[in-house]
Amino acid sequence: MSKKVIVLGEVRDGALRNVSFEAIAAAKRISGGGEVVGVLIGDSVQGLGQELIQYGADRVVAVEHPHLKHYTSDGFGQAYMAVHEQEEPEAIVFGHTALGKDLSPKIAAKLQSGLVSDVTEIEGEGDDAVFIRPIYSGKAFEKVKINEGQVFVTVRPNNIEPLEQDAGRSGDVSTVSADIQNLRSVVKDVVTKATDGVDMSEAKVIVAGGRGVKGPEGFEPLKELADLLGGAIGASRGACDADYCDYSLQIGQTGKVVTPDLYIAAGISGAIQHLAGMSNSKVIVAINKDPEANIFKVADYGIVGDLFEVIPLLIEEIKQLKVNA
Amino acid sequence: MNIYALVKRTFDTEEKISVQNGQIAEDGAEFIINPYDEYAVEEAIRVRDEHGGEVTVLTIGSEEAEKQLRTALAMGADKAVLINTEDDLDELDEFGAATIIAEYLKDKEADLILAGNVAIDGGSGQVGPRVAELIGINYVTTITELKIDGDKATVVRDVEGDSETIEAQLPLLVTAQQGLNDPRYPSLPGIMKAKKKPLEELELDDIDLDEDDVEVKVERVDVFLPPEKQAGRVLEGDLQDQVKELVQLLRTEAKVI
Repeated sequence: MSKKVIVLGEVRDGALRNVSFEAIAAAKRISGGGEVVGVLIGDSVQGLGQELIQYGADRVVAVEHPHLKHYTSDGFGQAYMAVHEQEEPEAIVFGHTALGKDLSPKIAAKLQSGLVSDVTEIEGEGDDAVFIRPIYSGKAFEKVKINEGQVFVTVRPNNIEPLEQDAGRSGDVSTVSADIQNLRSVVKDVVTKATDGVDMSEAKVIVAGGRGVKGPEGFEPLKELADLLGGAIGASRGACDADYCDYSLQIGQTGKVVTPDLYIAAGISGAIQHLAGMSNSKVIVAINKDPEANIFKVADYGIVGDLFEVIPLLIEEIKQLKVNA
Repeated sequence: MNIYALVKRTFDTEEKISVQNGQIAEDGAEFIINPYDEYAVEEAIRVRDEHGGEVTVLTIGSEEAEKQLRTALAMGADKAVLINTEDDLDELDEFGAATIIAEYLKDKEADLILAGNVAIDGGSGQVGPRVAELIGINYVTTITELKIDGDKATVVRDVEGDSETIEAQLPLLVTAQQGLNDPRYPSLPGIMKAKKKPLEELELDDIDLDEDDVEVKVERVDVFLPPEKQAGRVLEGDLQDQVKELVQLLRTEAKVI
């Protein structure tokens, strides 16, 4: 049986996040030929509706309200439920982002439904869809199905291929009005500290440093390389514990779990907890002085050497490549 | 203040994972308090020490989870509650876990509930916010700072690297992110005292729940290990040439730059 599926489009700095397009692709699979409805929530988001449609949504419903300028679980919860009650979907897909992780359990609790978080792959489609998700931070995977009731999943960024954008596709973008009130959390301040807005969970390239960077300034060449490749900076627990960088950069079993296309580990020995957070990256490059370092066991390409020699050479070489290209 | 910390017994992060008969093998594994829940327990103790009151640690599981509860008591929590589902349930999903905890907490008039933002085994991060929604209180996830002033909390949340400062009224549920604090090790006197602290054991019956009320909505059909990562190539030769070769490989073989 085909299903009507709602996809939450996530907006950051006025633009749709990639994970929203990936979520639409996931929704298509789950729908088994049914309708895919995009939902946009914010203070001014309606204009992004056509883009969701170009990536595969059939139509879009937007909820706009001044109280939705900043995300709060109460505000976005009320806005989402207004759409949900109108549309009565059989399935829901969110991105497994900070917002999706925060909001989805609230909605699931309201709907008394199951929720499959952090899905990396979908097998089958429609009623037969089964969901694959990492457990033990990627040391293992489980395959789950939803027994009864609402299908509700969040998809991990960077894992499900989005559909190709089709500029010729168009559809209806409508609005639903919602009373957004009694917000119990008030956002007072937001301090942005991520490098140039490239978020680790969505980054195609991550350059990560460990104890081998020797100090906060040791991250500078890594940042330069990451910027050059349009990527983000990450770190091992060792580097965070030594105060070389902020804990928000930590990758591992405690910390973020990432799956970029390219992961460059510089001065990281490769403790099992760190490997859990990054070993499912598509291509791994290890740079370490110690040829016996564990990180080489999971690396596709390794260079035994001092990162402070290798990284600058790498930066030069990639610059060259860009000039020639 | 009436403070609750929700904890889960999990595999030690050092453990390698293996699969036996379609399940994760637990034989001989070391277990710990989920590291994110440990931050929650530590923060609960700090808030109590500053503002007074009582910290209760709560878990769902089997008899074996008593060890993790005793550890939390040794750190400084005052009381512990184990909701033992061993005889009643074969499996439990986030829906069920949250239903059980909410049913227990609904008449406890908690001012502050702390939990980890995610457990390192299941990794879904659902139970905290679900519990808050079910008992009708506000929540803030992935926090790195918590200040309580009267009935108001000021919280800093980690939002994918950005820090968001939020003001919220109590009662409130928060989930701990790394960086919130440095959890203490239980002291020897703490461990001795913990043995005598109250630990209440309940079953589903005691909180007026039936097995059917917490039947799983999401069912595991298989567990498997990721394909073993083959060690790749360690490049050789002059460092300059290695770097050239690496860039070539990334461009032409791996096609990632």
